[in-house]
Amino acid sequence: MATYSTSEFKSGLKVLLEGDPCAIVENEFVKPGKGQAFSRVRLKNLKTGRVWERTFKSGESIEAADVLDIDMEYLYSDGEFWHFMKTDGSFEQLPADEAAVGDTKDWLKEQEQYVVCLFNGTPISVSPPNHIELEIVETDPGLKGDTATGGSKPATLATGAVVKVPLFINQGEIIRVDTRTREYISRAKQ
Amino acid sequence: MIEWAPTADIDTLHRRAMLMAAIRQFFADRQVLEVDTPVLSAAGVTDVHVHNLRTADGGFLLTSPEYPMKRLLAAGMGDCYQLAHVFRADESGARHNREFTLLEWYRLGWDHHQLMQEVAALCAWVHRAAGGSGALVSTVLSYQDAFVSAGLPDPHRASLQALQQVTALKLSANTAGWDRDACLDALMALVVEPGLSPDRLTFVTDYPASQAALARTHTCEGVELGHRFELYWQGMELANGYWELTDPKEQRRRFEQDALLRQSQGLPEPQVDERLLAAMQAGLPECAGVALGVDRLLMVVLGKTHIRQVLPFDADRA
Repeated sequence: MATYSTSEFKSGLKVLLEGDPCAIVENEFVKPGKGQAFSRVRLKNLKTGRVWERTFKSGESIEAADVLDIDMEYLYSDGEFWHFMKTDGSFEQLPADEAAVGDTKDWLKEQEQYVVCLFNGTPISVSPPNHIELEIVETDPGLKGDTATGGSKPATLATGAVVKVPLFINQGEIIRVDTRTREYISRAKQ
Repeated sequence: MIEWAPTADIDTLHRRAMLMAAIRQFFADRQVLEVDTPVLSAAGVTDVHVHNLRTADGGFLLTSPEYPMKRLLAAGMGDCYQLAHVFRADESGARHNREFTLLEWYRLGWDHHQLMQEVAALCAWVHRAAGGSGALVSTVLSYQDAFVSAGLPDPHRASLQALQQVTALKLSANTAGWDRDACLDALMALVVEPGLSPDRLTFVTDYPASQAALARTHTCEGVELGHRFELYWQGMELANGYWELTDPKEQRRRFEQDALLRQSQGLPEPQVDERLLAAMQAGLPECAGVALGVDRLLMVVLGKTHIRQVLPFDADRA
């Protein structure tokens, strides 16, 4: 099994901690003038997204994690799993469970591309594109011409996600949303 | 693209030059002589935690000018200081650069308490030269009090198991195989140090004898302590000083102990500096000495957060 020693620690490195795959977020070298050196490391658990802090004595090592980020296209959900397909021409399909899909469920749209994080070949997280276009399936009727008051109202998207939209937007329209902030950006260009 | 430009801005380099001149003035006013010993030496350091860079012909780039300066003292040099470029392999980070500047000085007939006062005076002098105002307050704290007031166990009397437990708890570390000094070093650097008052100079003294290095020791309430001090300012470890060990036999014993430790950890065997031991045999006068990280002092007085911001070119661009 491959391992990394503290001298190889750097941000982005994928390692195994307590059996979970983690990415090193930050590695701080700490050394008293007359004493041992340490690495103060912040790691993000790639399954839960939680950030852990750990201290290692210089020379200690940690197991490498077989983690890979790949682009995949979302196909469909069977209720239990969400199915994605590789875009490398292999057409290979992989199911992601609810824990892996997480909040990205709000942004899953067929034929859209997502970054899927694989741990030992199994999806453990799915990241949406920063911007996505989705249809509004339900919202209060639009107020014609009201583009200046700056008010907003809730709108339900095709995925079930609810976002705030300006008053002039109507049901059935397609809008662009920022998936990081859950904010309305604009009407989609037709 | 090739990174050729300095890592410090030109204004900072002007201030660096001005502060170096202020340091030299401080010692000229006090009749302490500037010396300039070789950076490249036939012998290296024995300390298990400090690593020499070697030259292809077998030489050692010094990690500190301590040994040659002590040989000058044994030859009758008198009070002296040096602004020395030194090298430490495998050290890099916001406060570490492979090559850096140490200000090292020795005072004959002084103990470490007198020297701490002079270190405080130097810091105040450089602080003012950099445009700082207000008096700089300093505190002296024993290693034991520093631990206890940080809510940690007595560093001299706690069992190894207790130290491993508290280190594991405070720092989320797997401390099963750590020895006493590893636990103490980690707690000092990561729990005690960040809790010290940033605006004042804090001198920590009376280190465990196992961390005395080249300091003489004394026994207090059944515990052997080193006459060693460290200075902290703005959360930064700035200086390390000793009431110097002058006994050549004890010095050889500590070198041999280091060699054994190195052997057990699979580190390269050190080349013991026999010239230093011979000089101590001839007679090192009673003295106190200190090494202060000049680049870090500049970081503090100029308000910089990364060492590269006070260096013309850091190790990555050297």
